[in-house]
Amino acid sequence: MEPAAGSILDHNHHLSLREFPYIIRWRDDRCKRCGRCTAVCPVKAIAPSVKVQRIVRSEGPLPAPTAVRATTHVVEQVTDIERYCTGCGACSLVCPNEAIEPELNPQNKFLHYKNKGGDAYKRGGRRNDPSVSTLDRLKFTRISMLTDPALDAGRHEFRIRSLLGRILPPEEMPLTLDNGVLGIDKKSGKFVPPVREIFPIMIGSMSIGALSPPMWEGLAMGISYLNEVEGLPVVMASGEGGMPPRLLRSKYLKYFIIQIASGYFGWDEIIRALPDMVEDPAAIEIKYGQGAKPGDGGLLMAQKVLKLIAKIRGVPQFVDLASPPTHQTKYSIEEAVAKMIQSMSMAWGFRVPVYPKISGSKTAKAVLNNLARNPFAAGLCIDGEDGGTGAAYNVSMDKMGHPIASNLRECYLDLVKQGKQNELPLIAAGGVGKKGNLAANAAALIMLGASAVAVGKYIMQAAADCFGDEYNRCNLCNTGKCPRGITTQDPKLYRRLDSDKVAERVVEVFKAADVELRKIFAPMGRSTELPIGMSDGLSIDDKAMAERLGISYAC
Amino acid sequence: MCRLAAITSNEYISPMEPIMALETMKEGHDGSGLGLTLKNLGGAFEKLKKYPIMSGICSMAGKKMLDDFMKKEGFTLKHEWKPKLKQVKGIVPHDYYFARAYDYPAAFRNKSHQEKEDLLMNTRLSLRKIGEPGEALFVFSFYPDVLTLKEVGDPLQVADFFGLDDDRLKAKIILAQGRQNTNYAIYLYACHPFFIQGFCSMTNGENTAFVPIREFLSSRGFPGYMGYNSDSEVFTHILHYAVRQLHLPLPYYKDIITPLKSTEIDMRTDREALRLMKQSLRSLCIDGPNVIIGFTPDGTCFMVHDAKKLRPGVVGGIKGRYALMSEECGVDSAVPKRDRSKDLFPMKYDMVIVSPQAEEVKVWNQQQGQY
Ligand code: SF4
Ligand code: SF4
Repeated sequence: MEPAAGSILDHNHHLSLREFPYIIRWRDDRCKRCGRCTAVCPVKAIAPSVKVQRIVRSEGPLPAPTAVRATTHVVEQVTDIERYCTGCGACSLVCPNEAIEPELNPQNKFLHYKNKGGDAYKRGGRRNDPSVSTLDRLKFTRISMLTDPALDAGRHEFRIRSLLGRILPPEEMPLTLDNGVLGIDKKSGKFVPPVREIFPIMIGSMSIGALSPPMWEGLAMGISYLNEVEGLPVVMASGEGGMPPRLLRSKYLKYFIIQIASGYFGWDEIIRALPDMVEDPAAIEIKYGQGAKPGDGGLLMAQKVLKLIAKIRGVPQFVDLASPPTHQTKYSIEEAVAKMIQSMSMAWGFRVPVYPKISGSKTAKAVLNNLARNPFAAGLCIDGEDGGTGAAYNVSMDKMGHPIASNLRECYLDLVKQGKQNELPLIAAGGVGKKGNLAANAAALIMLGASAVAVGKYIMQAAADCFGDEYNRCNLCNTGKCPRGITTQDPKLYRRLDSDKVAERVVEVFKAADVELRKIFAPMGRSTELPIGMSDGLSIDDKAMAERLGISYAC
Repeated sequence: MCRLAAITSNEYISPMEPIMALETMKEGHDGSGLGLTLKNLGGAFEKLKKYPIMSGICSMAGKKMLDDFMKKEGFTLKHEWKPKLKQVKGIVPHDYYFARAYDYPAAFRNKSHQEKEDLLMNTRLSLRKIGEPGEALFVFSFYPDVLTLKEVGDPLQVADFFGLDDDRLKAKIILAQGRQNTNYAIYLYACHPFFIQGFCSMTNGENTAFVPIREFLSSRGFPGYMGYNSDSEVFTHILHYAVRQLHLPLPYYKDIITPLKSTEIDMRTDREALRLMKQSLRSLCIDGPNVIIGFTPDGTCFMVHDAKKLRPGVVGGIKGRYALMSEECGVDSAVPKRDRSKDLFPMKYDMVIVSPQAEEVKVWNQQQGQY
């Protein structure tokens, strides 16, 4: 194209702000030029600038406007794709005059350009799909009315508890009968797998390297408080990368599920701590896949590998820590995976449930069937496409994976066919609480067949005010520049986060979820056992979905 | 809400007795059906104790199906009881009502009790399968010394229709249910009491945990766990599963359907077994609201509630005759001369157990795990 004005360049090949996902609305009249917004911006998407402008002024007691050309300071959004505004809103948060705000630009062409230098776009967060998920479309429609009195969530006794661990089929219980009283046949040599009683919502795996020290500490304190003071047995999974050495040797270990993933990070330290452990962990999770990024491994960037992280993970400081997308040694589920489950069980004397976690996938049923035949497999966690992550390729996050609802349902019904629905608990994750409906989503999954659900992103939002959402807001978790201090190892950033506040919020969130679960189960007439697989309680406003999930259609 | 009336006695009684008790509870049922199961039969069946009795209803086509099938399987007819039907307004009669005692096929005469039981159940299921299309044939029970009658209509009118006051039919244990039709279309297989291999129970109230329980039972690989036209049928099957299949003593039925809290389990001497049971049998926990009345093959009768006791029941009587009813007025009708102060209103943790021949009544307390 010819330059429009002679030899002056017309900014061809420059991006216009219209291509950017968020456009900064800055108000000249309100801004007092304090500079806080430009200082806080994690990506330097805005910068102070100087401009010559025509300004109309009137300064005397009577209006006497005069126009002058003067140099003024402004705040401008840059049009460098590497410094795109993420819409996090940190600038608005710090602005004393409400002078600045990012605005979502739905017509953006961000993904057309975010591959500079041939680098495919990587980010943290979750799938960018703000549509209403299946979980949020499920309604609880079997309300007990006059024929079967509804229960009172405030008056009747409720037991919102689930089981984590392989459960023996009733036919195999090693029982003895003596004078009408049952006992356990200790001489039978029958292996009775370990089972934990837990609250049906757990905190899913988020690693100590991905999370900042105050974030992890806050979650851990919240969990311990819930167990010790509130009597709510909420458990939390560690994510890959080990656990703080002191925690490993503390009595609180029993509230944690330790994860082992493809990088085996942190396991030197864990194995070393084994003889000093005073409690067994709640369980061991073997991660084979993650719903947010099926087929993509993990990456903890060098700048996040500080002293503590390096020690816990047993690696040198400041090196990129890549977890391969797959376990390099696991070539078959029949042998290698079975062996891994067995060796992990053996490490704790078969006192700890060991279960794999996979990404939601059409192949989930095949995995499940293998586990169903393995008496040491303690369950299966299926992580659906709406799950979150600290770092992944955008394409993995947006386009790979399977929604959790039908995947879970299919697996559950498969277990029902084999009569093993109570033997192998299914843990569902991926998008629970996406729109804030934590208890409702959890209850829906339970009624579709889950024994428990895991949440990650939701807890970051609810407990630590993570900015992320499904409009690609913020999602800088992979960069170490988390403006909330949640996913960073930079002390300047993480000192923004108060671990006590996080713990407090964790407690509030779970207490509220407990109340809400009762509010859902009471009118459906369930209180003593979790309504696992009580699919007659659910309906959906779409016939095809109803058919797929084996529930009723209601409109 | 359905009304339940059971009488257990050491003497033969007429089915009119529990039906009259139902009549006193009339406000509670809408007369949409009557179901009766009789055990320890008197009258003509008294001398036929070892022969299995098939009870059912059929059309003429169904009767042929039945005759052909039984002949093919090698059963021989020993005796047949047919009600003397009266025309009663509101009851549309089926073609044929029957209770037939058969002798086992020759190959089975010397088989074990269990093998015989399985044969009888499988025969019943086969007949159900061929007879269900077009509702040609309904078979409610096929077992020695047990007879079942079911029909849609007001209990007293149904009794009149069957001519039950003619003294021909008598038994020592009779379970009767006056049906209150709620969610389900009236279908004969959905009428209580339900029976499987010597175990019988009837229930009132809905069963909110029906679907997971049904799925669990149906996936046990036991052919008899099917049907489920009523959400209450699972209560009978859980009883059968616990006592016959898992060999658990009867009181553990209570521990299965209404498991204790962990802290309560810790107080029981059999806590280790209970912990395991609570996990393995988690899917069979009921959430009420129900009262369950039933009997086991040895003639023990029992009453038990869901943990919230939203459907209370009462047991009262004298040695040799006890009534287990959903309403006190029913007990008054069945055993008027008794010490009312001794009536039992089982509480949340209780299971009332009346021994065979109505010898004695005991309350088993779940918290203590003893009588
Ligand atoms: S919204 Fe966030 S990324 Fe955008 S300018 Fe403000 S601080 Fe920077
Ligand atoms: S606030 Fe932190 S954790 Fe949340 S999306 Fe932004 S960078 Fe990620």
